[in-house]
Amino acid sequence: MSKFRLITDGLVKNNPTFVLLLGMCPTLATTTSAINGMSMGLATLFVLVLSNMAISALAPVVPDKVHIPVYIVVIATFVTLLQLLMQAFTPAMYETLGLFIPLIVVNCIVLGRAEAFANKHGVLESACDGLGVGLGFTCSLTVLGLVREILGSGSAFGWNFIGGHDGMLAFVMAPGAFLCLGYLMVLFNKLFKK
Amino acid sequence: MAVKSNLTNMVLVLGLTCLFCSAVLGGAYVLTKEPIAAAAAEKTNKAVAQVLPHFTDVEYNEEGRYYTATDGDTVVGYAIESTAVGFGGPLSLIVGVTPDGVVYNTSVLSHAETPGLGAKCTTDPRFTDQWRGFNPSVKKLSVTKDGGDVDAITASTITSRAYVSAVENALNKFKEVCHE
Repeated sequence: MSKFRLITDGLVKNNPTFVLLLGMCPTLATTTSAINGMSMGLATLFVLVLSNMAISALAPVVPDKVHIPVYIVVIATFVTLLQLLMQAFTPAMYETLGLFIPLIVVNCIVLGRAEAFANKHGVLESACDGLGVGLGFTCSLTVLGLVREILGSGSAFGWNFIGGHDGMLAFVMAPGAFLCLGYLMVLFNKLFKK
Repeated sequence: MAVKSNLTNMVLVLGLTCLFCSAVLGGAYVLTKEPIAAAAAEKTNKAVAQVLPHFTDVEYNEEGRYYTATDGDTVVGYAIESTAVGFGGPLSLIVGVTPDGVVYNTSVLSHAETPGLGAKCTTDPRFTDQWRGFNPSVKKLSVTKDGGDVDAITASTITSRAYVSAVENALNKFKEVCHE
């Protein structure tokens, strides 16, 4: 499979949010605005690419019975690294995403790609797969965040277009997250499913 | 592909992986320690500067969780940290009180309120501006619904009450500090 194909597959055919329905917890919780969704997606992308590469390099020497613990240790290392870096250089964003950064460790997309792809393929292909799926996750979260921000707060990427009025608050809260996700999923499948 | 497991290689691989990862994280911790401390210090300094009039020096009282701001030899005010239980979790404020017992300004340090509702306690000027120069000896410190003089945030009475009680805690602490 070509490298380019791997990336586009992650965006469309294996889109983690709209097709595989993985990582729903951060998807629903962090997409209160487009910026928040995008940051969460990029944080996951960072971990996904690095952990995919490390795991594909390690896979040939890891004994079968301890492969899950080893993968978790590797993923947790990258997540903690990300956490320290964000705390040091983007403290405001770290505070907004808060709990969901450490929770990337148990995001099933990351371990899922390690199990389903990285331990059977080379380092470069795994990096491409991580990049594709990570971009797919980032785009989905940005779109979902953007829709919820427009409907719920009347702004887009922090730029307010309805003046001092309130948006439809329901869309900023949990029920709106489910509604938007559902309708976007319908739209996505209508557009891309053959 | 996967190697057949036996005790030796399991212990060896898992042990080495953990050792290596700890080493990486140890290094990263040392490297990021200073920027993290700097970012935290900048945040508190900003918060203190926001809730008190101009000062030149600030000193933190660890035990009482308050800052004493001085300009030369005169105390310009106290910035008191205070926490109350809001709608979504703890609501932490920093309350600036001038020596005459009047609230100079307040600022939210951290909160877990609902975005678009309770979270407005950080942004809605109609709510935040009423704390500037709030004099507890003239105005009654509770929300209008409870017979006080504080206008609550629309549809967020619980958050507003938590905010009020956090300010109240801070003012009580201020009295303790002044009686010392």
